[in-house]
Amino acid sequence: MLSLTSPIPTPAHHWPAGPKLLALTALTFVLFLPPPGWPALLLGLATLAAAALVARQWRFFGSWAQLFRPLLPFLVLLVIWHAITETPMQGAVVLTRMFAAVGAANLMTMTTRLADLQALMLWVLRPLAPILPTKPLSLAIALMIRFIPVMADRAAQLSAAWYARSPRRPHARLIAPLMLSALDDADHVAEALRARGGVM
Amino acid sequence: MDRNLTHVALFAALIAALGLIPRFELVPGIGITAQSMGVMLCGTILGARLGGLAAGLFVLVTLLGLPIWSGGVGGVALLATAKVGFILGFPVAAFITGLIMHRLPGPIFFPAFFASIIGGMGVLYAFGIPGMAWGLNKSLAEAATISLGFLPGDLVKATLAAVITATIAKARPAAVLSRG
Repeated sequence: MLSLTSPIPTPAHHWPAGPKLLALTALTFVLFLPPPGWPALLLGLATLAAAALVARQWRFFGSWAQLFRPLLPFLVLLVIWHAITETPMQGAVVLTRMFAAVGAANLMTMTTRLADLQALMLWVLRPLAPILPTKPLSLAIALMIRFIPVMADRAAQLSAAWYARSPRRPHARLIAPLMLSALDDADHVAEALRARGGVM
Repeated sequence: MDRNLTHVALFAALIAALGLIPRFELVPGIGITAQSMGVMLCGTILGARLGGLAAGLFVLVTLLGLPIWSGGVGGVALLATAKVGFILGFPVAAFITGLIMHRLPGPIFFPAFFASIIGGMGVLYAFGIPGMAWGLNKSLAEAATISLGFLPGDLVKATLAAVITATIAKARPAAVLSRG
């Protein structure tokens, strides 16, 4: 599973993450600058078209387009809403803006390795070091990413055990045992960390 | 320190795992998932500081691009959608839930239920509704009307969070750090 970074190599994979994120922020800001109207609509459409062309150029257009799926319900809701309220221009602007911003952001996510983004984030958070020390933070990120498949596996084992004994569906009843076993795991990991010298 | 760190990472992973459970969409676009229950549990079990950190860690890793937000999405792109309020509200919601859990006396269930409702629903809506209003370009009142659809599901989740917290308090009393 994890990470949306595209395995297809592109030139942008080698660009530094910082300027990429900065450019994305600037682009999103500009997108939302003009009030609803033709200029805003054209700007949104142009950005979306540019992002699509780049995705095609980099040969991951299919997986890039798939990342719009979570926006489809919004699409339906907004189309219905603006059809009823008879404000098609406003609706079109809201939609193109949303798709353009998300499309551009996904281009960045797909061409940036998680480790690079993490390094960038730790750098940005450096001023907060007295409150949020970077070393434990990066360890926490790594541990969390490692815990997700562990929890998914544990949940699968628990539901297999449930289905072996019951014809009914388990629903939320498995969450408490899942958490109990996960809490025990967390204690073991904490002990292992301490045995290796601890975090600090 | 080590134990706190692993608990924070574990609960952040729990929020992610709860988002992977199949869900249904009552309101289009913003699905009813168990994910916000994970936020409630962060507060009721870990307490204000660690719970807030766990929810914050989850948000951070989501924005870094792991597809762990409910429905399997992630990345900074989420900040340009109507979900932005809920994303930014997660850590605050967990923090407030934990704060109330610290303060309320009595057996675990009722404080946990009450804290989940105020923190996991009240605070989360306070962030989520303006986010929806902005993302969908609606007025606050319209966004609030849309989010009424979450109420029944969230009440169920608050009840479940309280039951689970009480179960864990019984089985592993030392794990309920909010009451430690």
